[in-house]
Parts: sequence; C-alpha cells; structure tokens
Amino acid sequence: MAFFEMKGVFKHFGGVSALQNASLNVEAGRVHAILGENGAGKSTLIKIMAGVVMPDEGRMIMEGREVQFASPASANQAGIACIFQELSLLPDLSVADNIAISNPPKRFGLIDRRAQRRIAEEALARAGGQDIHPLTPVKDLPLSRRQIVEIAKALARSPRILILDEATSALAAADVDKIYTVLKRLRSEGLALLYISHRMQEIAELADECTVFRNGRNVATYKAGTKSDNEVVELMIGREYSHVFPPKPSVVPSERTPVLEARELSWTNRLKNISLKVNAGEVVGLGGLDGQGQRELLLALFGVLRGVSGEISIDGKHESVTSPHLAKSPGIGMALIPEDRKTEGLMLPMSVRHNLSFAALGRLSRLGVIDRASEDAAVDDVIHLLSIRTDGTNNPVGALSGGNQQKVLIAKWLMVTPRIILLNDPTRGIDVGTKQELYQLLRKLADSGAAILFYSTDYAELIGCCDRVLVLYDGAVKQELIGPDITEHALVSSALNITSKTEEAGAKLAIGA
Amino acid sequence: MNEWRYRIGEHRQTLLAFIVFLLMFVIYVSNHPAGFNANVVTTAANKGVLLALVAMAQTIVVLTAGIDLSVGMVFILTNCLASWIVVGSLGMTALGVIGVLLTGSLCGALNGLIVIYGRLQPIVTTIATGAIYFGLALALRPVPGGDVNSTLADSLTGQLPGGIPASLVALFIVVLVIWVPFRRSEIGRAVYAAGSSEIAAYMSGVPIRRAKLVAYSLSGLLASMGGLFLTFITYSGEASAANGGTYTLYSIAAVVLGGVSLFGGAGSAIGAIFGALMFRTIGDLLFVFDLEPLWQPLFQGIVLLVAVSLGSVRLFRIRNRLDLFG
Amino acid sequence: MSRLARSLVRHIDPAVAIAFGCIAALLFLGSLYSTSFVSPAFLLQQLKVASFLGVIATGAMIVILLGQIDLSVPWVVAVGGMMSTAVASWWGPVGGIIAIPFGILCGVALGLVSGFGVAYLRIPSMIVTLAVNAVAQGLMVVHTGGFSPQDASSQAMRFLATGNSLLGIPNALLVWGVVGAAATFLLSRTTFGRAVYGIGNSERAVYLSGVKLQRVVLLAFALSGGLSAFGGVLLAGYASKAAQGMGDAYLLPSIAAVVLGGTSILGGRGNYLGTVAGVILITLLQSILSVMQIEESGRQIIYGVVIILMLLLYGREGLVH
Repeated sequence: MAFFEMKGVFKHFGGVSALQNASLNVEAGRVHAILGENGAGKSTLIKIMAGVVMPDEGRMIMEGREVQFASPASANQAGIACIFQELSLLPDLSVADNIAISNPPKRFGLIDRRAQRRIAEEALARAGGQDIHPLTPVKDLPLSRRQIVEIAKALARSPRILILDEATSALAAADVDKIYTVLKRLRSEGLALLYISHRMQEIAELADECTVFRNGRNVATYKAGTKSDNEVVELMIGREYSHVFPPKPSVVPSERTPVLEARELSWTNRLKNISLKVNAGEVVGLGGLDGQGQRELLLALFGVLRGVSGEISIDGKHESVTSPHLAKSPGIGMALIPEDRKTEGLMLPMSVRHNLSFAALGRLSRLGVIDRASEDAAVDDVIHLLSIRTDGTNNPVGALSGGNQQKVLIAKWLMVTPRIILLNDPTRGIDVGTKQELYQLLRKLADSGAAILFYSTDYAELIGCCDRVLVLYDGAVKQELIGPDITEHALVSSALNITSKTEEAGAKLAIGA
Repeated sequence: MNEWRYRIGEHRQTLLAFIVFLLMFVIYVSNHPAGFNANVVTTAANKGVLLALVAMAQTIVVLTAGIDLSVGMVFILTNCLASWIVVGSLGMTALGVIGVLLTGSLCGALNGLIVIYGRLQPIVTTIATGAIYFGLALALRPVPGGDVNSTLADSLTGQLPGGIPASLVALFIVVLVIWVPFRRSEIGRAVYAAGSSEIAAYMSGVPIRRAKLVAYSLSGLLASMGGLFLTFITYSGEASAANGGTYTLYSIAAVVLGGVSLFGGAGSAIGAIFGALMFRTIGDLLFVFDLEPLWQPLFQGIVLLVAVSLGSVRLFRIRNRLDLFG
Repeated sequence: MSRLARSLVRHIDPAVAIAFGCIAALLFLGSLYSTSFVSPAFLLQQLKVASFLGVIATGAMIVILLGQIDLSVPWVVAVGGMMSTAVASWWGPVGGIIAIPFGILCGVALGLVSGFGVAYLRIPSMIVTLAVNAVAQGLMVVHTGGFSPQDASSQAMRFLATGNSLLGIPNALLVWGVVGAAATFLLSRTTFGRAVYGIGNSERAVYLSGVKLQRVVLLAFALSGGLSAFGGVLLAGYASKAAQGMGDAYLLPSIAAVVLGGTSILGGRGNYLGTVAGVILITLLQSILSVMQIEESGRQIIYGVVIILMLLLYGREGLVH
C-alpha cells in the first residue's frame, strides 16, 4: 500500500476541466517526478495535496486513512509541506523569523530568539543554506537564496511529504547541485518527495519514479531511466484539440525589410541575446515553457524595461523605444496586449466605452477635449468588428465575461491602428468560441499588413496560428521552427531543451510520410 | 564581526535615527553651553516625550500598513479625561490612571474593529472616529480647566537626583514594559508579518485580524499615556482641535524620520522615539545658526520634505518600469 | 415605467442617491424643528457657506480619484488667504484685482511641489503633502512674523465671497457653480479626466496604455493646490481678512464630503454630483446641529458617527481572501 494515494480526482475551474479522474501514488523514501506540458493539470494536483484548492471529487488516503485538507494549515498538520513557485516569504522579516513563523519556540510567553535561531540554523543546514545568516532580512537575499529559505521553512515543519513545484527554476547551477544533495539526503531520511520540474536532466538525475500528466489525467507511471526522452515527449503530447484554425497563407519567404527587428536584446539575467524579425503579414509565435523570458521580451520591445542592451529597428530604421507612449506613437505603431488583463490591461470598474477609447484618446480629442461623436463612432466600429457582446457600452467592463473582456482589451489597441501587435498569452482562461474568433482576427490583421508577435502557452495555438515559432529557454531563443516544422513534438522537445538531431530528423520524416 | 554586521543591520534605521538625533543634540549643546542646564533639558525632554509617546502609538498602526489620523484626538480626549479623574488620594489617582489608559485602549480597539470587521479604509475610519473622540473631549472640557494629582505630576515631569529628567526614565520604562515584550511576542511578529505582506502572512497561517486588533488597541493605549503626560505637564485638560491635529501630523513626521516604513512591516517604535526627539530638536537647532525663531516652522518643514525625498533613491535600482506603478 | 425606473436606478450611483436622500431627511427633520429650515433664505445661506467647502473639496476630489490624498489643505488654504490679502494691501487698487489670481498661483506652486514628489519621486502622497503643509505653514509664519495677519481683503475678494448677484443668488455660490461645472467638464470630457479615473483604477494599465501618467498626477496636485488656495481667497474675502488657522477646519470635512459623495478613497470611482451632495450634506449637518443648539461636542460626535455609518452602508472594501 502506498504511503500517500490520490484516487479519481476531478476538478473544474468554471467551464474548464483541470483534472479528470487523476490518481497518484507516493512512496516514502522516494523522489517522484511529475511531468506534463503547460496546463496538463500538475499545478492543480499539488494545490489539492497542499490544501490550497479543494477537489470536486476524489479521495486522498494517507497511511491507509482517508484525509481531507480544508486549508494549507491542515495539510501542514498532516505532514505535507509545499514549496510553491510564488514565494510565501515575508520580505521585511528575517530569515529566522520566516522559518519559524507558524510555530515559534517560546519562553515566558515571548519568542525565544535563541532557540528560534537554532531551529533556523538547523533547517538552513538541512536545506543547504549554511551560508545564509539567520538575521538577514529576506528582501536582501537574491531569488535563489530565498528559494533555499523556502525549503528550510518547509523543513522546519518536519514534513513527511515535501512537494517542490519548479523549486529550482530560479536557481543557479551551483545552487541546483546543492539542492540535489539536500534532496537525496532527505530521501534517505525517509521523506517522500514530489518533484515538478521542466528540466529533463534534473529528473534523470534525481527521480526514482515519474508520472506523466496529459489533459488532466495521469497517462503513464514508469521507473526513472526506463524511457528515452523521446518516448517521454511522445507521452506528453497528443492533447485533444477541438479548435478550428483559419488557413495559413502559403508562406512566401519575404525579402522585404522586416517591420520589427530586434538584435541581441539582453536584460538582466532574464533575456540573453535575443534576435528576431517579424515581417508585415506574418504571425510569429513565441513558444517554450512558461516563464522562460517571453513576458520580459515583449515588455522590452514595448519600452517598459530599463537597461535593455541591443537594438530595435522599425522598418529597418533604428529606434529607441523607451516608453509605451513612444511605442504606440504613429512612427512606431506598436501595441501590447498584456498578460494580466485585470490589472495591466483593463480598468475593470470603468465602462466598456472608456476602456476601449483609452489608448486612442490622443487621436479622438482636440486640445485635450474629447470629441464624443468620433469616440462613439470609433467605439461602435471596433465593437462591431470584434462582435463584443455587451449590454451597453456604459456598463463596467468588469461585468463582461472573460472572453469579452479579452476582446475589449484587443479592441482597445486596434483603435490606435497598430502595425506591430505583441500579444502575451491572450487566450488564457477564455472560452473556446472566443478563442476561435481571436484566431480568425489575428489572421485577418496579419493579412491586412500587421506584424504579429504572439506568445502562447497553448502549443496547439502556436501550431495552428503561427507562420514561424521561436522557442525560448532560459531567456534565449533555442530554436526557430518554420511552417510545417511547427509540430507538437518539436515544440515540446525544444521547450524542454532536448535537442537531438536524430529525433528531429525522425520527426520530419514522420511528417513527410 | 560578521555577526555584528547583521545585528546592526537589523536595527539600521533605528540606529540611523539615533545617530542623527545625537549629532543634532551635540551641535546644539556645544554651541549653547549656557542654554544647557538641567531645567532647560527637563523642559525639552518633557516636550520630546509627549511627541515620542504619540509617535510610538502611530508606529504600531503604521507597522500593519495602516495609518491612524485619530491619535492626536485620543491624546486630547485622554488629556481631558485625566484632568477630571486623576485626582485625590493615592487610590483614587491610581484608579483614575487605569481609567484613562483603559479609555485610550478602547478608542484604539474601536478603530481596529471598524477597520478589520467593517472593512473600511484606516484613513477615513480614523478621520471619522477622530471627530467622535474630539467631541467627547469637548464634552468633558468645554473650556480648559481641571486639575491633576500634583505629587504624581511633579514627580514625573521633574528631575531625578543628578538632574536626569524623570520623563525620560518614564519613557524608558514604557519602552521596556510595552514595546520590548510586544516586539518579541508572537502577536507582535504577526503585526510585522501582516504589514510586510498580507498574502504571505495568510499563507503562513499568521492570525492577521487578531494582530491588527492588538496593534490598534496598543496604539490607543500609548496615545492615552501621552494624554496623561500632557495633563501632568499642564495640570489641566484642554479640548484643542488644533493641538490634536498638530500631534497627529507630527506623529507621522516622527515616524517617517524614525525610519518606519509607511508601507508597513518595517521599523521600530524606538526609531520613532528618536524621530520625535529629532523633530523637536530641529527647531531648537536654529539658535545655532542664529536664525530668528520665526524661521523654525519653515526649517522643520523643509527638513521633513528633504528627509522624505531621500527615500526615492531606491527608484534608480528599478529595472522594470512597471514596478514603479502600484 | 418600471423599466425606466430600473434603468434610472442603474445609472444613478447608489452612494449619490443615499447622500441626496440624507439631505432630504435632514431638511425634513429640521423642518419639524422649525419651518425656517426650508425657507429659501436659509437654504441660500447654507449653499453660500457650502460654497467655500465646495471649492476646496473639488481639489480634494481630483486627488482622491487618483487614489491619493492631499493633507496640505489646511495651510494651502491659509496661504491663499494670506498671500491674496497681502498683495491686496501692497499694491493698492491694482493689487485688489490681481490678489485673487496671485493667491491661487501660490497654491498651484505648492501643489506642484506635492505633485512632483508623488509623480516623479513616488513618495506616498500622505507624507509629501504633510511635508508641504509644514513648509506652507513655515512660509506663512515667516510672512506674518508670527502675528495674525493685518492685511484686509480687497474689494474684489469681498465681492466674490459675500456679494449677491442676479435674483439675490450669492456670488460665492456662483463661483462654486463655475468651479463645479469646470471640474465636471474636466473630469468627464477631457483626456486629463479619463486619465485621472484610469490612474485611480490601475496605474499599470494606464502606463501600459501609453499615457504619460506622471504629468497627469503632477497637474492634478497643482489643481488641488490651486483650488485649496482659491478657497482660502474666498474665505479671506468672507471674513475680510486672513487668519493663521483659517484652513484647519477644512481638511477633514473636504475629505469626508468627497467620500460621502460616493468617491472611493482608493480612487478611480466617483462623480462630481456626489461631491456636491457630500458638501451640502456636511454643511447642512453642521448647521442643523448648531441651530438645534446641540453643543459643539455633540455635533462632533454625531458628525463622526454619521460618516462611519454611511461608509459602512456603501464604502466597504471587498473581502481580500
């Protein structure tokens, strides 16, 4: 009997099904890796284990007894500690305070700082952070060290199951080695470790068992090392798709000057020498696993980031874009559909009309006074163009459905008639119908001469919509896929940074046949 | 060595406030040896302690990432109350003192309850409750007057043997009895945690609501100590709206000068005490530069303006301009 | 019919409706006490008194819509009053005319300092306006030498504040009318106004929309400073002279009026009609309490309790968790 078992777990978010009859067995003293592409249900699964999310259906059994977790605290009590990607540390408090926050040692009713420090030092040592001083405020630590503090904080609760969700994604190579040593020792101490990572070599190095998720279901569990990378990728792909994509034009490799060209863009350690070209009429995709620098790349192009090195050319002319205000100016004509429409894209309590015209007010006004007739006309035009369904343009945009909100956000930028459109995962969390309308719209815009750079976490969209796809890994472009080469296999394996010539050749052959 | 660096780093802001205050003080004393006698120091210390108590009250609320615009009014209300009930025999006086402190704590707790359970913004809540507290003060003392147990008053506002101002010793005891245990208790740390990042605090199972309620109540308690002390200095109670407003504004200034972050989660009431003493000394420093006393408020204002602008140095480190905007 | 009613209900901000309802209720209660409460003379007098608060609250509202706050009101009001009376007495008849714009400009200058701190140095508005308040106070202490100012207000100032024009409507009310109309136009019909609401809702979204939001913030604080000072000019005209603490009584009521009028203290939501209602409500509340010979203490308490209750009715934040 397994130490911890999940059986028949279902979970829906709105209309979207995140988990469908998923199950998982976790053994003590083992490292269990969980694999799957974006949106396969891994995160939801561990959130359920950690008490952050309640399942719709399904059972959890720990040491033969059925358990239920209503809150992170109750999961903690049962011995499950989770290290999330989003950090749960208190920035102004010291490392020691953070490690002992939920159960500090006390003497005479007050926190025993000496004992707390001892606990912190022990936990840090177990987590491989001996060099971190317990009195350092967390905000003074670099991200990689904070991650170690997170691990120490989890260990201080003496968990029996430790879940690491992308725990190494922010770490430098030297730190990763340390974590390996730590995790291996924890395994030998009898802890059950659940490990989610996108780095295949990490999994090969560390895992005892692997489970692959696809479409919210566990599709295979195998002993680590018994399958080749290629076989693993085959297991991960094959999602069921129900979208219809507009036909792509037969690609004519153009020799024209690209509308948007970037050369050797670098920014802090998040972007590394990225070069790209986007022609008029082209939809270029950005692929790769989430968080590999795609968001930063779009922000850098749009003039939001400070200290970007490299060059950006518009129509072959070198331009320095230092603010969104410049980026949207007629000479450049750029638009960015940001990732988080609720805080970065729209002003939810404001009306549909005011949101739509917000970016274009400059051209709808004279001497700062808004020309309401032309505003109304322009608003009606885009509402019609995108068939936005609303009870009235004076209602707050927050009252619309997610799909219609996203349409408003895109329409808002179409009102400035941009020539370059940057999109940051625009279909996340919206319904299938709206998605299809957006695919049609993108193609229509491209056909009318816009240059489109489109980041999506959904591989099917990249395959269905894009003429070319740049796959990012760790802030750099790892691969460029063109036309028929854009396959799920190629996208997933390059996103995981598995580059084997023979596999690629094989994939091409398969397509050719 | 290394160890000390971290120990000092932990209290960097407080130490900085202390050093700046010390510097000002030394400049003042070295230029005015004649003005430096026990009586002058005692008067200055009493004024400083008044603001220091109110600044401590403000600090505890600011630590939760809130603000209390009613501290000045609680200060005034308890002053008026004390001028009625802190009189008579030893027992009566003691009961009176307890009554005053309890009233202050209740005022603070009321602010806390409205903010936490009424889910109103601290700033508007305390504007409104401030009006209520001032109204109560006015009801108690429509005209200035009253009395206070003068033995107690004199012993707390006078000098100890050796010329040490008794008020400073009293302040020290308040820090020792209230602030230090609070800072080192679990609830005190919860206050810092809630102010630092409410979401992370929730994820870590910190009792956020309880922490905030304690913070607001303690703030009321400290403000009432200020009110009590004001009564000891003036021997009377006065419901002065101008005084209340001034102390509220000065308490925020002292908190900022004392290195307490207005975004919550960082700083110490001890820093705020030095901030208060600093703010008081700035005015007196003008004598050193032979400026007319008339220039004192302007000088205070400009120092405050420059001090708060210094914080913007952090803007140069921001690499993603989105981080500039909430 | 019911459909029309429903669409009306949907378009009127409930907060504004409640505020106007409270005004009606206050007048009703007052009329039970004495019929003079509903006499035109009394109402006009109330509106005249409300005008001063109205002008000041207009500036406070613009800043609150940004999601900021202006605590420099007390001494910027005093600066407006003192500088205008000073100019009026320095430069004779010419000064009498330019006293008004000069007083306002002094307020604008102080507002620019606050605005620069908030927009470009990113200092929380609460602190920077507090510091500007202290600086303004310092300047005025130096200016007056610490005594109460002796300069009398000019003819023009008195005319604006105390005179009556056509149909006996107080000039102060007309001034508020003009300021209010301008503010309504600015907020609803200009790119500046849209940006103000946008910033109050999400600075990030405004920035990513390519709007120069720092300039908008700077301008908003300058407007707030100018309007506070204008309030000071009017008050000095009303009282024939300026006084040291003349602005003290206007900070909290101006914020309360704006918030009671349904403007969110977090910014981004509210309309000018609400502020009008809030200003009248506060003025009426204060004067009815005083006419009923309730002591100042009772007035303050009722005043505070009413604000808390009204906010609990409609000003609550959403639950965080």
